[in-house]
Amino acid sequence: MRPIRRQRLYLIIVMLLGIGTAVAFTLKAFNDNLMFFFSPSDVVMGKAPARQAFRLGGMVVDGSVERPGDDLLVRFKLTDYGKDVAVEYTGILPDLFREGQGVVTKGRLRPDGVFVAEEVLAKHDENYMPPEVAGSLKKETVAGRPASEEK
Amino acid sequence: MFMRFFHRMASPPYFYVISGRWLPWLAVICLALILAGLYGGLVEAPADYQQGDSFRIIYIHVPSAWMSLFIYVVMAVAGGIGLIWHIKLAEMVAVSSAPIGASFTFLALVTGSLWGKPMWGTWWVWDGRLTSELILLFLYLGVIALYGAIDDKRRAGRAAAILALVGVVNIPIIHYSVEWWNTLHQGPTVTKFDKPSIHISMLIPLLLMAGGFKLFYLIAVLMRLRSEILERERNSKWVTALVGSEDRRQKTEDRVQESDVDPRRVGP
Amino acid sequence: MDMRDFFAMGGYAFYVWTSYGLAFVVLAFNIVQPLLHKRRVLKRIARQIRRTRRTA
Repeated sequence: MRPIRRQRLYLIIVMLLGIGTAVAFTLKAFNDNLMFFFSPSDVVMGKAPARQAFRLGGMVVDGSVERPGDDLLVRFKLTDYGKDVAVEYTGILPDLFREGQGVVTKGRLRPDGVFVAEEVLAKHDENYMPPEVAGSLKKETVAGRPASEEK
Repeated sequence: MFMRFFHRMASPPYFYVISGRWLPWLAVICLALILAGLYGGLVEAPADYQQGDSFRIIYIHVPSAWMSLFIYVVMAVAGGIGLIWHIKLAEMVAVSSAPIGASFTFLALVTGSLWGKPMWGTWWVWDGRLTSELILLFLYLGVIALYGAIDDKRRAGRAAAILALVGVVNIPIIHYSVEWWNTLHQGPTVTKFDKPSIHISMLIPLLLMAGGFKLFYLIAVLMRLRSEILERERNSKWVTALVGSEDRRQKTEDRVQESDVDPRRVGP
Repeated sequence: MDMRDFFAMGGYAFYVWTSYGLAFVVLAFNIVQPLLHKRRVLKRIARQIRRTRRTA
């Protein structure tokens, strides 16, 4: 390679490295803001904001969903397989909402520790399979454990 | 031998002729892959156990998203080669790729939205994956606008290449966003070191579509490149010879067709 | 297979078919636009050649 070309190549590499480190530091600094939601453990440990609205994400605990009245009020528990948080929500749930599925809710923490959600979004995992395969997988796994465990 | 092939391909007239010969074959293979993928994805593949038939959007969404990243890398690398070695063809590849990449990014974003509404319950959220993919669209649009805004096309190409190179840092951010941060978007299904977490009957159409889209990009970029080459080399002998002969042939064909029409048979 | 079921997409027809329709439009645009552009370029060059022939 001729010197002038090599110089241009080095210039580009240095430029890319510079921008890369700058962006990496910026992302590191804003890491908390880039988190889309807090986990139940964060809430129990007091990491989530007490007064402001925030997002809480986790798995809907099996058997925890209850509808006390005949209106749209739903109560359920969210877990990250460490800690649980009770959630209350009034409204229409997305198609994918069901026990054992991931959801992301947005709302505020009530003083009694119940999370009052004003929005519930369903989060689906990365597994895709036909219903028959899912059925036979469920039979194979030990009772109580989901077919694909989230880390 | 490989280097010789490369050097010859970098010569515009040779490239023009060879790519013209390739295009019909590429189009046939591309069409076959996409049709097979469509049949597999819409008809053969079973509905998903959780998402039902809505998961079929995957066959547009995921290949488009892959292409949006792939084309950006091609654009930046071609731009870098153009900057360092001043190879005209590399500059043209970078510039011609931008609108195609922007199209696929747009497609990935909109189909993602159309998928998110029924499944997540929202058209859009500002999570790491969605936001970084939106930034990618703006980077593409920035490259297109910057190239269009500068009159001197050589300088325009260089400025656009630098912007493309700067934007490369966004690519790993898009890819790893679902692992670094909590996102509403799911984690990787196919591109992880583990076995893909998608059933084989659903995976095959996805790979067919991905292959079809990749060939589509190749075809679209070749078409743009060929016009760009003609435009930039319009004063060269080979272009005037090529266009001149085609022009004359077209004229004679027109005349032959006109004389073919029997005047007695025309009319009521 | 029932055609009506196929088009209904299990109730997700709007989302699925809009996605596929949009993909078709975007891909078609990426073929048609370069074709039109090439025709324009060829015409311009042809005109330029005729002009130089006349002056020559």
